[in-house]
Amino acid sequence: MRVKLLYFAWVREKTGRDEEQVELPAGIKTVAELIAWLQQQGPEYAEAFRRSEVIRAAIDRRHAPPGASIAGASEIAFFPPVTGG
Amino acid sequence: MRVQTADFEVGAEIAALTAGRSDIGAVVTFTGRMRADNAGQPVAGMTLEHYPGMTESELERVEAEAQARWPLQASLIVHRVGTLRPGDNIVLVVTASRHRQAAFSAAEFLMDYLKTKAPFWKKEIGADGRAAWVDARPSDDEAAGRWRRPPAREG
Repeated sequence: MRVKLLYFAWVREKTGRDEEQVELPAGIKTVAELIAWLQQQGPEYAEAFRRSEVIRAAIDRRHAPPGASIAGASEIAFFPPVTGG
Repeated sequence: MRVQTADFEVGAEIAALTAGRSDIGAVVTFTGRMRADNAGQPVAGMTLEHYPGMTESELERVEAEAQARWPLQASLIVHRVGTLRPGDNIVLVVTASRHRQAAFSAAEFLMDYLKTKAPFWKKEIGADGRAAWVDARPSDDEAAGRWRRPPAREG
């Protein structure tokens, strides 16, 4: 499955990129599984996703909990808890 | 709903929202401004990052939710992004209704919800020039949580 990943705030700074296209191996079905896979993609990803409990995700621009299915997603974003307002 | 780097002018926004309307009996505005301190530390500036596309859809969603909950004649959210300094405006919420209670409640709801839903992130620059991402506050989650609908009554 090919998907566009986006990173914001300190997740962006730690991965060193704001977006990328990735080919996901079969078997990654949820946001939590995708985070676990990303943690294996190099030291910068391991650091960015080390505190996975504070990472928030959005699938196709809608908030998505760790257990959410990524099937059919075209854009998945990772970011810290929001701090606007 | 607008996301912009430019400042806003509260009076002009009220005038635009209410122009030609004689059905609006109450207008409530909330303006969020940048303070020169946070958690006891001086703050020299701030940059606000957001997720273009998702920000707009989340703000539209919270506005639609407010319109569904209260009888509003009009509403507006303006949120700034980019580099801001102490004293600058950050966010504007305007609600308009026939009577004041809906406008007051909806304005609070919009602020509480956008703080926990809209994908903005603040990075503060301290007086020493060091930058740090602002942490989310549990009190903001609690403030948004009080708007959860009570469970439907049985029977």
